[in-house]
Amino acid sequence: MSWVLILEQTLNGLQFGLMLFLLAAGLTLVFGIMDMINLAHGSLYMLGAFLAAALVQATGSFVLGVLLAVPATAVLGMLLEMSVLRALYARDHLSQVLATFALILILNEAVRIVWGPDVPLTMPAALSGPVELLPGLFYPAYRLLIIGVGAAVALLLYVLVAHTRVGMLVRAGASNREMALAMGVDVRRLFTLLFGVGTGLCAVAGALLGPLLAVQVGMGENILILAFVVIVIGGIGSIRGALVGAVLVGLVDTIGRAFLPLFFGLFFQPRVASAAGPAIASVLAYVLMVAVLYYRPRGLFPARG
Amino acid sequence: MRRYATAAALVLALAFPLAAPESYYLSFASRIFVYALAATSLNLALGYGGMISFGHAAFVGTGAYVSSIFLAEGVASAWIGWPAAVAAAALAALVIGAVSLRTRGVYFIMITLAFAQMMYFLVNSMKAYGGDEGLTLPARASAGLGVDLGSDAVFYYVALAALACAVYGLHRLAHSRFGRVIQAIRENEARAEAIGFPVYRLKLACFVIAGAAGGLAGVLLASHGKYVNPNVLHWTQSGTLMVMVILGGVGRLWGGAVGATAYLGLEDLVANHRVEWIASVFPNYQQHASLGVGAVLLAIVLFAPQGIAGAFARGRRA
Amino acid sequence: MLELSNVSKRFGGVVATDGVALDVRRGEVHALIGPNGAGKTTLIAQIAGDLSCDSGAIMFEGADVTRAPQHERVRSGLARSYQITSIFRRFSVLDNLALAVQARSGSSFSFWRPVAAEPALANEARALAAQIGLAGREEAGAATLAHGEQRALEVGLALATRPKLVLLDEPLAGMGPEESQAMIALVERVRSEVAVLLVEHDMDAVFRLADRVSVLVSGRVIATGLPAAIRADAGVRKAYLGESAAA
Repeated sequence: MSWVLILEQTLNGLQFGLMLFLLAAGLTLVFGIMDMINLAHGSLYMLGAFLAAALVQATGSFVLGVLLAVPATAVLGMLLEMSVLRALYARDHLSQVLATFALILILNEAVRIVWGPDVPLTMPAALSGPVELLPGLFYPAYRLLIIGVGAAVALLLYVLVAHTRVGMLVRAGASNREMALAMGVDVRRLFTLLFGVGTGLCAVAGALLGPLLAVQVGMGENILILAFVVIVIGGIGSIRGALVGAVLVGLVDTIGRAFLPLFFGLFFQPRVASAAGPAIASVLAYVLMVAVLYYRPRGLFPARG
Repeated sequence: MRRYATAAALVLALAFPLAAPESYYLSFASRIFVYALAATSLNLALGYGGMISFGHAAFVGTGAYVSSIFLAEGVASAWIGWPAAVAAAALAALVIGAVSLRTRGVYFIMITLAFAQMMYFLVNSMKAYGGDEGLTLPARASAGLGVDLGSDAVFYYVALAALACAVYGLHRLAHSRFGRVIQAIRENEARAEAIGFPVYRLKLACFVIAGAAGGLAGVLLASHGKYVNPNVLHWTQSGTLMVMVILGGVGRLWGGAVGATAYLGLEDLVANHRVEWIASVFPNYQQHASLGVGAVLLAIVLFAPQGIAGAFARGRRA
Repeated sequence: MLELSNVSKRFGGVVATDGVALDVRRGEVHALIGPNGAGKTTLIAQIAGDLSCDSGAIMFEGADVTRAPQHERVRSGLARSYQITSIFRRFSVLDNLALAVQARSGSSFSFWRPVAAEPALANEARALAAQIGLAGREEAGAATLAHGEQRALEVGLALATRPKLVLLDEPLAGMGPEESQAMIALVERVRSEVAVLLVEHDMDAVFRLADRVSVLVSGRVIATGLPAAIRADAGVRKAYLGESAAA
């Protein structure tokens, strides 16, 4: 077990975690402020990936394609919010579950009709090679890009939420929705804007992860659950919690999958280790969530007082 | 009125195989009964008990896998495999419920979801029983007593019987002491505790009963197709069951059955029965059935909040 | 019958209950008064078991119930009513009361036999409805009741568990004069069977009903005694300065 391998997997975990953060940030705000369970959040991530793939093909440039896909997806998200989701804010959680589940079905099929079950999205040639970070430690340039973008977006979000008026309104809404409403915040526009931002973040994650994870119908469902796990760990309504939770989950999941089978191999027979290792590695994120909830029932950084 | 409708439906159901002996319809109807059973079991926990569990697929899946494993290991008798599977599902519900019911609201939803996903991944990695490709069974379990479960007609009656027992059981339960308390807990949990009910224990019992019934549905599901794969434990399956219950009417006796029938019927209708005027605009529409299903579901949520069974309730108290 | 010693509770930086010592004797009506925000409801919640105490002990009928879960305290005879009405809104008045009767009589792990086959539950519920002044309103949905009727049901639910001591948290909250008289009369009717710890702002009710009065200010009991003595107490008057009290 070399240091290179450990560092590599740690970076992979950080990369995955930062992308999870992009998904979780939008989700935690929607849930925290609008108190809405949105199962279709993963579908917006998928939509972002497909739009990016299509635009990259159309423009011939990865950068341009991704840069166009993000606002395009955000606009679609806002249209969705204004038409359908707005009607759900006042409804109970069960109705929201049903409605957004229906949206998953609709969006999956719609994407399949327009583009087919999957589309290729390849990383730009310039970034497909490795970069030497430290003597002997080579790391794919593209993944470094993802880490960079993820960190930059996190910083941007922090600045937005902590240092702007809109951010203050968002934080107020997250910690006490009724009070924010009573103080005359223009709720409808704020919600739509918020939803647009959340969708845009999903699109960034979808576009960037596309080359690594394959752009296909249904890619949203798997990552959606992890995003929910992240916001529960981090505390619903808290962006800081989403970041911490996402990085934790990303690290635990990636490092677990990489090393647990090896670790098991030290103590158990190969047959057991090769079966139990991956099985337990894949549930580590959930075990983490259960453990966090045991000690902190409202998550690590609950937004509500 | 309700009694006559139920009796009529029962008579129709009993006569159905005689009128439509083709395998396809019998098989489809059996599948509806099985899902109706699964949805009814979820309705107990969700609709009557107010516990929004997003991990019910774990119990259906446990029933499906345990019964299949018994068959795969050569134990052909349904009298051994089936009760064992239901017991396993009940045990899973006991463990998962004991931990999850210490939490509330969205945290409960997430923890039940987490447990179901854990089981999904666990089962996915069981290479001995098919792993992610699933497990195909050579034959259905044998019941002895001259009953051949391999026959589609016989299986149909077994599934119908299971569903009928479940619905009747739910009916008795809803009017029993237990049923009263559970619905009171759903209404106002704090006050139920404050008048002296051991709320946690009662909710757990409800959860376990629902899990056991879900396990039975899983047994029948695996038996029906003679095939089981990890997807039966995926959260989207829990979601589908939940959709069926909400569609049919949460907390209503026939909510699970009506919802399953409506959902599966709708799916089948769109996929297999061509409607010309839609096809003229949209030639391939049947391959994209789930879009239609999704659209109908969305419409129902937005415009008929009480579900289908609710729409027929005419102001009866839930 | 009920004895609190050094009971304390804090929420973050706020001390809600500060070393409270209080006792309620068999057969008495003991009123707990104090300005808004004194912590009366928090204290009631700790006695009943809705909240846990950070420190201190609660003894009921000689047994230590400090860590006992709420439903066990109710089973041993300690029940409460809520300041903010907390009833089963979608059930009828009769079903509300029948539930409480069911809770104290026999096990609820009965899955097959219909409740309708137990006329005793409904009969006792009917008697209770009459006792709390809701005779003739048994079939009404709880949500359709007038405010005063809902408060009566609120108290009725607590009484239906046949407690030895009942904690009434502002039963007169939001009531007009007629409804208040009816509630006071109800407490008068039951006082021979059950001890009462009564939290109230309505001083008329307090001085009519109470055998003893305790005054809670900022989470501490500053005085306990006979109503007349409390009325005259300088410290109590000072605490209430600015409060509108029918002195």
